[in-house]
Amino acid sequence: MKRFVYADNAATTRVSEEVVAAMLPYFSEQYGNASSPYRFGQASKEAIQKAREQVAAALGAEKPLPNRLPEVFFTSCGTESDNWALKGVMHAMAKRGKRHLITTNFEHHAILHSAQALEKEGFSVTYLPVDHEGLITPEQVADAIREDTALVSVLYANNEIGTLLPIPEIGAVCHDRGVLFHTDAVQAVGNVPIDVKAQHIDLLSLSGHKLHAPKGIGALYIRKGVVLPSLIDGGAQEFKHRAGTENVPYIVGLGTAIEAACRDIPARAARLQAMRDRLIDGILERIPHARLNGSRTRRLPGNVNFSFEGIEGEGMLLWLDQEGICASSGSACTSGDLDPSHVLLAIGLPHGVAHGSLRLSLGDDNTMEDVDYILEKLPPIVERLRAMSPVWERILAGEPVE
Amino acid sequence: MYSEKVMDHFTNPRNVGEIPNADGVGEVGNAQCGDIMRIYLKIDGGVITDVKFKTFGCGAAIATSSMATELIKGKRVEEALQLTNQAVVEALDGLPPIKIHCSVLAEQAIKAALADYYTRLGIDPEPLVGKIPNGCDHCVH
Repeated sequence: MKRFVYADNAATTRVSEEVVAAMLPYFSEQYGNASSPYRFGQASKEAIQKAREQVAAALGAEKPLPNRLPEVFFTSCGTESDNWALKGVMHAMAKRGKRHLITTNFEHHAILHSAQALEKEGFSVTYLPVDHEGLITPEQVADAIREDTALVSVLYANNEIGTLLPIPEIGAVCHDRGVLFHTDAVQAVGNVPIDVKAQHIDLLSLSGHKLHAPKGIGALYIRKGVVLPSLIDGGAQEFKHRAGTENVPYIVGLGTAIEAACRDIPARAARLQAMRDRLIDGILERIPHARLNGSRTRRLPGNVNFSFEGIEGEGMLLWLDQEGICASSGSACTSGDLDPSHVLLAIGLPHGVAHGSLRLSLGDDNTMEDVDYILEKLPPIVERLRAMSPVWERILAGEPVE
Repeated sequence: MYSEKVMDHFTNPRNVGEIPNADGVGEVGNAQCGDIMRIYLKIDGGVITDVKFKTFGCGAAIATSSMATELIKGKRVEEALQLTNQAVVEALDGLPPIKIHCSVLAEQAIKAALADYYTRLGIDPEPLVGKIPNGCDHCVH
């Protein structure tokens, strides 16, 4: 029987009932402006305060006190948080003569393009190369740190291949050397236990819509004592750190969502991991010439990413869509670019193989039945596309492909 | 994103396969770019009596291959030479701008197969078919 299987939770997630219910009053009933002094406005301010507490608690940040500078600031999305962290720190530290940034070559575009923008301004950037699983070592970071290094930014978990980076160890190296440390944790929050203090994190970006909150809300954790110039100028919102009238319902939604996602991370991760491993093992059993991208063990609990030699990813997505399955691919055709994903190239995949990648990202709403449905539908799709592929012919004949 | 016609030719591609004793075979593109098209022609008395294709590529690459083979099947060689990528795009009710290169590749694949046909006859194909770009024209690899 045909099903609808949403297996693209790394792209975005369904807003949960719990989150919708928490948000609803703040649209038409409790719609006051949090900056207004009357009680109707102050109720919105209190709702923001509660959400800030929820985010801080989920990250191990300091509990925010009313009218004191907090460590958690709300933004419009993960991309804004990344832009603010990188550009803010680099601009602030440039005044102290520190103009060097260290990051990796397989970050999200929000980081990579911010780093490139900084390079255009004259900052110097080191892009650490990841290994075949998408890992970098704390030693690589240590070796790259210079006198003028202001910031190290390494993503917590890769959005495409799910690799979990050794963040606490990298953070320790940075703090040992007196360098600030930022992590883009958009994919990690709720999937792995995060404690900004114990893990030596100075700045952390997160996004609501990966956690069953709506699109259009994010946050940036900024450790107390780290002062960034604002990215968005205007009113005095967010303690004069981020202007713009607070998006109260969405902030409330993020607070509710992050609390739910971090309530019992081991149990949530174990459930996702069981589905993930069944999917990985099932694909490896059923489809020849399938390559699991990323690490088998250091991996997000819901991430599955394969390359199927001889075929191109978009064709797979279109066929999966015909079967009711939503997934994504790192092929050029789906990136809106003509090159395949920079992440897959960074882990050393040849172009031809990178074009044939498929990401299935499982979430809280998925079930084992969904996994079995994917395992039933995917192999014949791969087979069908291979049957018409001249590249597959060459692979079978043992001829070079590229 | 895609027209119904594109989806039809993607999900039910016409003329997929190979012709073992083809009179002309042409292949364009490369795996780096993510598109390879190979066309097989059977030509009898100057008429294309059969045509098959094999394609590695996205939905549009498969649909344009399918449509291009449909457009030249049963046509005279001289008519097939007149096939343009715009004709393939129009027959598919349009393509997203980023996929236009797939139709260019389909036109080139047909021309490459026709060039091979002329070469086998001992005729220099270049004055008739023109130059077939080596690889594809849309990327830097």
